[in-house]
Formats: sequence, C-alpha cells, structure tokens
Amino acid sequence: MTYLRRALSVARRSARAAFTRLTTSKKAVFGAAVVLCFILVGLLAPVIAPGNPLAVVGPQNLAPSAQHLLGTTGEGNDVFAQVVWGTRNSLAVGFLTGATIAIIGVAIGLSAAFFGGWADNVLTLLMNVFLVIPGLPLLVVMAAFLPRTTLSVSFVLAIAGWAGSARVIRSQALSVVKRDYVAAATVIGERPLRIIVMEVLPSLSSLIASALFGAIGYGIGSLAALQFLGLGDLTTVSWGTILYWAQNNSSLLQGTWWQFVPAGACLALTCAAISMLNFAIDEVTNPRLRTIRERGVRLVRRARRARQEEPHAA
Amino acid sequence: MRYLSSRLGFYIVALWGSLTINFLLPRLAPGDPASSLLSRMTGQLTPAQINAIRVVYGVSTHASLFQQYTTYLSQLAHGNLGISTAYFPTPVATVIKSAILWTILLGTVSLLIGFLLGVSLGILVAWRRTTLVDSVVTPSTIFLASVPYFWLATAAVFVLGIKLNWLPVSHSYNIDLIPSFSWTFIGDVALHAVLPAATIIAVSVGNWLIVMRSTMISVLSEDYITMATAKGLSPLRIALNYGARNALLPVTTSAGIAVGFIVSGALLTEIVFSYSGVGYLLYTAVEGLDYPLIQGLLLIITLGVLGANLLVDLVYVLLDPTVRRP
Repeated sequence: MTYLRRALSVARRSARAAFTRLTTSKKAVFGAAVVLCFILVGLLAPVIAPGNPLAVVGPQNLAPSAQHLLGTTGEGNDVFAQVVWGTRNSLAVGFLTGATIAIIGVAIGLSAAFFGGWADNVLTLLMNVFLVIPGLPLLVVMAAFLPRTTLSVSFVLAIAGWAGSARVIRSQALSVVKRDYVAAATVIGERPLRIIVMEVLPSLSSLIASALFGAIGYGIGSLAALQFLGLGDLTTVSWGTILYWAQNNSSLLQGTWWQFVPAGACLALTCAAISMLNFAIDEVTNPRLRTIRERGVRLVRRARRARQEEPHAA
Repeated sequence: MRYLSSRLGFYIVALWGSLTINFLLPRLAPGDPASSLLSRMTGQLTPAQINAIRVVYGVSTHASLFQQYTTYLSQLAHGNLGISTAYFPTPVATVIKSAILWTILLGTVSLLIGFLLGVSLGILVAWRRTTLVDSVVTPSTIFLASVPYFWLATAAVFVLGIKLNWLPVSHSYNIDLIPSFSWTFIGDVALHAVLPAATIIAVSVGNWLIVMRSTMISVLSEDYITMATAKGLSPLRIALNYGARNALLPVTTSAGIAVGFIVSGALLTEIVFSYSGVGYLLYTAVEGLDYPLIQGLLLIITLGVLGANLLVDLVYVLLDPTVRRP
C-alpha cells in the first residue's frame, strides 16, 4: 500500500506541473470547462429537472415555450428533462466504459512492455487483431446477439475498444522500461509489481490521462451511435435514445427540430471538448508540439537580431 | 522480405481470430437462427422440412462445438456462407454480392478525397503554425471530427436535402432508372453519392490533419530542414520535398487503421442514407435477426479491412526503403 501512496505522490507532483501548463492552454480550459458543466448537469439532474423524464407532461410535438423550454417529444415528454437526464446516463455509461478501457489498456500495455519476450508478442498480436477488426460492425453484431442492458452494452464497447489505448501505452512504456532508473530498481532487487507501480506508472500518467479521456469520448459517442441504431437499452433516457425516438418520430421531416438538435448538440459539444482536452494534453507533454515555446524562441531571435542591428544604426 | 512475411503471418492469425469470433458470437447468444426462421414459417412446413432447415443451419446435429467449428471452416473454404433467413432460400453470398460494389465505390471515393484533403491541410497548418490558419483550421476540423457522425449526416440530410432540396438524400441511384453504363445513370449515381461521401469526408479530414500535422512538425525540426533552409532552397520545396515527403511515411501506417474507421463510418452513412451497401444490409439483417447474413457480412467486412491493411503494408514497402532490407 505504501508503494501506491508514494507512487501517487510522485504522480501528483508531475501532474501539478502539467496542470499549471494546461491552465495556460485555451483548448484545455475550454475542454475542461465544458466537460465540468456537463458533469454538473448530470449530477444535479434531479434538482434541475425533477420528476420522471419519461412522464407524459403535455400535448405531443409542442414547440419550445416558457413552460417546456425545449418543447415536447412525439410522446408528449418534456425534451428539456430528457436531455438533462440523458446527460446523466450518457456520461455515466461513458465514464464506466472509459474507465474499464483505460484499466484494461494500462494493465495489458504495461505488462506487454514490462515482461517483454513471448508475453509481449502474444499481447501485441492480440492488440493488433482487435485493432484491425472494424469496431462498429463488430459492435452492431455483438449488440444484436447479447442482451441489451446498459452493463452489457458497456461491456461490448470495452471489448471492441480496449486495443487502441493498450497499444499507445505499450509503446510509451517500452521506452520508459529501458531507462536507467528502472534498470537500477531491477538490480536492487525490487519486485516487478513495485517497479511497475512506483517507477514506470508515474512517467506514464499524462498518457494514461489522455487514454482515459479518449476512451470516455469513444464510449459516449459509440453508445449514442448504437442507441441511435436502436441497439441499446431503449427503456433508459440518454442522448442516443432521445435521437433514436426523434428519428422514429421522423422529427426532421415534420420540422420538430427541438427533438433532434439539443441532444445532438450536447453530444457534439461533449465529444469535441474531450478531444480538445486530449489535444492540449498532447501539446503539453510533447514538447515538439508546444506552440508557446516556439513563440518564445521567436521573441529571443527577434531580440538578438535587434541587438545585432544596433551598432550599424549607431 | 522478412517484413512482408511477418506481416503476412500476422494477417493469417488475424483472419483466423476474426473467423473464430464470428463462429463463437452467435453460439454464445441465446436463441438460434433456425428457430427464428421456423417461428416465422409456423404451420407451413412439414417435420421433414423443419429437420432439413435445422441441418442446414447446423443446430440440430448433436455435434460437439469442435466438430461444428471444423464444419464451419470447411464450408467457408468452399465459399459457402450459408442461406439467408430473410431472403430465404437465397444464399448469403448472393445477397452480399449485390451490395458490396456500392460500399467499395462509396468507401474508396471518400477515403481518397478525405486523405488528400486532410494531408494537404495538415501540411499547410504545420508549415504555417503559429499563424491564424493553424488556430482556425485545426480546432474546427477537430470539432468536425468529434461531432457524432450519424448526427452530422442526419443534419446534412435535413438542411441540404429536405430544406434546400439540392441533393438526393436516399438510395444509391434513382429507382426509376435501370442500371446501365449510360451517362445518365452514372451521373445519377454520382449525384446520389455526393451527400454520403461529403459527410464521411467532413468527419475524416480532421483525423488525417491531426496525424499529418504532428508528424510534419516533428520532421520540420530535423537538421536536414535547417540545412535545406541554409542552402537557400525555396520554402515550397522545403515544405513539400523535404518535409511532407518524409512526414507522409508514418501517416501511411495509420491509413490501415483509418480504413477500419471508414468502414465503420460507411456503416452509419449507409444506414442514414438507405444506401444499398453492406452496412445497410447489416442493419436490416440485425433488425430481422437474419443470423447467417449477419455472420456472412461481418466476415466480408473484416476480410475487406484485412485486405485493405495488407494493401497499405505493400504500399509502405514501396515507400520506405528501410523495410526492404532482407
């Protein structure tokens, strides 16, 4: 347990440095703000829109008004309440799937890199096979064969999506494993688990964070796509099922845009925010992609040039 | 050639893996294809016919899982994908054959245009980094790439197809026309492909751009670029012949994975646009619980993606002399 605590403190220190850099990135601030807003809406759903979102509250296909902020659905449900509760469900499944994928990815990617040899060969082969099998068709087929509960859909998403993050983590972990301090730890006689948790894991924290965010975005998006196709649990309210029912009600043909646009916009905004966050993490941790530093270099160059030109002017 | 033989070995394992997943999936699921067909035809069949159907679908035989597996593999080796239950008694292979060309057409066109557009934009924003172009183009393509595809496609159908009535929004050609190699028919097919292809391109450009941008930026900080600048070569030549040419190599490796994404994207496209390709067929098969067709389609789609990846690997050998070492 002490390993874990010390590893956490190391991770926290490097995370704090990365965090200060992240707060200066506009993309990161935008992404984090949007994601936090949606998390708040999801958590406060019972306060923002009390009552059952599936309750019939008024006439069908009502346009937005003061009473029903986003109008009503083809069944007479309040769209605003559905979008709010949908946020809760979509994010919950997204985070569950994302966390599962990140854990599987870290476990498999790290063990492949650390143990090497035939374990690495077998695990890498497994990753590549899963990467090459097209995701969505597999998802559709698995969702068709398995029972359509939230848990099973989340399981299906994790099965189809773990390989990408595992591969990224493996390739980075490979270079970390070769560093001197890991070799030193091995020579001292540390146990493999301690080396993995204490020495390797902290250097991978930013990569793991970005794998986690990527997996959450994938989970939210794929869940919505599956539900839109009618392959999810249609008794729950989430962004995907809202869009499915809107499509079923041929809402765009009827011109009842309020049944279709809000849930889709929330989905787009969340996924975009997560991508922005990931892009910013990438920029902060990969020095070559950092634009801030580039600007600094240019300023220095300009100052030097100015100094060189001075004697001529004088 | 060690590179190629190791890649070939990988594809054989991947093929075997996907065949096995394909075999196991329906057997893990509750229910079986024969009973879904039988329940639809209750009262129309004699016990002998029922038995015949069960034998065809391999569910009545008291064979062990392993025996079923070997039968399945030997049937596949003979190109026998079974018989569709929805289009009974048409063989699955025939049903798929009618749809596959449409998917290849739509997929290839949108993959090529998306690739060219994304890579050229990637070169541009990497070269003009720290300018307005990069800070406008990059975030907006990231945003487009992260918009859920089906939603973008449906919105495009609504705005461009229904409100403005500029483009046809469903099917792969006008059903009043008879398929032939005449200009009117080809033009009609092209017109019907505009909206589906454009939506795939819009979503995929961002991914190409991001990959190209980051590899290009790494390449631009190499010493030979500084050298080229010092020699006084024209910026355009440095950007294209020295930068982009070297940055393209890692991008091609990600092309294989992108093929998989395009196939996934094409699945949703075909469903939204009722485009008569394999994706739409898969959707109708899943809705109608046509298990043999579902299995056959998953197999064909996987084969297609594996084949495309193999092709990418071959191209890579042509592009990168270092992997050609014996």
